[in-house]
Amino acid sequence: MSESHTLSRAEPLLLVAVGGFVGAVLRHAVSVSAPGLGVVEGAVVGTLAVNVLGSFALGVLLYEAHLADTLSAETRLVLGTGFLSSFTTYSTFAVQTSDLAPALAVGNVAANYALAFLAVVGGRLVARWLS
Amino acid sequence: MNPLLLVGAGGVAGALGRHLVGTRLERDRADTLAVNVLGSVLLGALVATPIDESALLVVGTGFCGAFTTFSSFAFETVRLAELGHPRAAGLYASGTLLAALVGVTAGGAIAVVLW
Repeated sequence: MSESHTLSRAEPLLLVAVGGFVGAVLRHAVSVSAPGLGVVEGAVVGTLAVNVLGSFALGVLLYEAHLADTLSAETRLVLGTGFLSSFTTYSTFAVQTSDLAPALAVGNVAANYALAFLAVVGGRLVARWLS
Repeated sequence: MNPLLLVGAGGVAGALGRHLVGTRLERDRADTLAVNVLGSVLLGALVATPIDESALLVVGTGFCGAFTTFSSFAFETVRLAELGHPRAAGLYASGTLLAALVGVTAGGAIAVVLW
């Protein structure tokens, strides 16, 4: 009995860990394979790509919870808290921004912020359409 | 060792760390702000430290990358604006940016002093 109690307490951590592993590995794969854009290096473009894609997917997931609530808490834990929060990154975005020349840094912040916010709104539209 | 395994191992620790901060603070946005700023300080220190590439993959790409989150930050900002608090949304978005950028610089300065 105490064993099943331990298991039920450990389950959320296991789900977050599995999602976190896959999210970090996939982010790394995107960042090493992202092509640079003109003067902007590939790593910066890769970070932008994961942040926008991940924000869109989290928008779908969390608005789905508000609107229809058909997914289980376990699914949200593994996909939202685990996978998507690990797939996207603020620290890499911040370090890359401080490494860029001032004009490019402003552009990088504007692109990450504007596109990620739009992606969340897009995610809400999709969640509404799904429900 | 396989770089993907190094990144994945750091990612597990980072995701669990973020989850634990979230369950400790249990306040919307305070937990996201805390992990994003702390993770930026740590990554700022790491990139200014002479460590080998494997360590950077585990702690930097894996742990810091997974500990911090852009998707939760973006969702919370949009949700604030949507619920009729556009000024709070603007303050949250600009405050996170400012604190993280100062954090990167502070982390770098700490690393330079230590090494």
